[in-house]
Amino acid sequence: MSRSFSALIAGLLFGIGLTLSAMLNPAKVIGFLDLFGNWDPSLAFVMGGALLVTLPGYFILRKKEKPLLETQFFWPEATQIDAKLIGGAVLFGIGWGLSGLCPGPAIAGIGALNVNSFIFLGAMIVGVFGYILAIKSNTKP
Amino acid sequence: MENFTPVTATFGGILIGLSALWLMAANGRIAGISGLLGGIMGAPKGETRWRVWFFVGLIAGPLVMSLIRKDFLDIQFPVSGALLALAGILVGIGTQMGSGCTSGHGVCGIARFSARSIVATITFMAAGIITVAILRAAGGLS
Repeated sequence: MSRSFSALIAGLLFGIGLTLSAMLNPAKVIGFLDLFGNWDPSLAFVMGGALLVTLPGYFILRKKEKPLLETQFFWPEATQIDAKLIGGAVLFGIGWGLSGLCPGPAIAGIGALNVNSFIFLGAMIVGVFGYILAIKSNTKP
Repeated sequence: MENFTPVTATFGGILIGLSALWLMAANGRIAGISGLLGGIMGAPKGETRWRVWFFVGLIAGPLVMSLIRKDFLDIQFPVSGALLALAGILVGIGTQMGSGCTSGHGVCGIARFSARSIVATITFMAAGIITVAILRAAGGLS
């Protein structure tokens, strides 16, 4: 199996999971963040369902030497809790609360062909690549 | 809580978990959407194609589901226009600066017991909850 084909399978599973759990729908996500209004705890159950698999699954994979299609695991190594982490999470949280969209559903939902999906996704991509470009030009000697 | 759907939420979550587990077991990678998206630009040669295929699947999954039940793709946006565009820019910058989003920090990071991811998840959830509370107080939510 190629790395591309296995990534396609992972993407499909992710997209189907987002659809079944209704997390594609920004209104549903806003319902979770609306803690002091008409609260809908569903998103916590989505995360719980995912952790039910990833917690024991990662525990087992941690003991393996390498994945099926690569020469090594790419486990994240960063451990520092700094202003960049917190600042980024705050900006992301504000955008998430304003829209009900995080990156997964923003991309997965474009098949709905709703003009709002394209507005958000376009702006998000500008933000992602704008930030990466700004960092790259800053770190050049 | 009349909109609460615990059963489909849990099963959907399990599928997302299986996706993340598969991507680590096969490709050795974290299934963080913002990381994979940023990686399309920043990745070395030969590391772009599989990421693009992940996104092909991510978009195709809901389309396949909509063949089973059309209303799976019925989505509602509480805000539109300039506010939505601002939100998109904030999500784009924030997830790159904070090295992750709901999937990378929330699902994959917590499963690794990463303190960094747990702090990030609590932070973006708190920021989201406060933002929605302000929106509601300002009459921006129906």
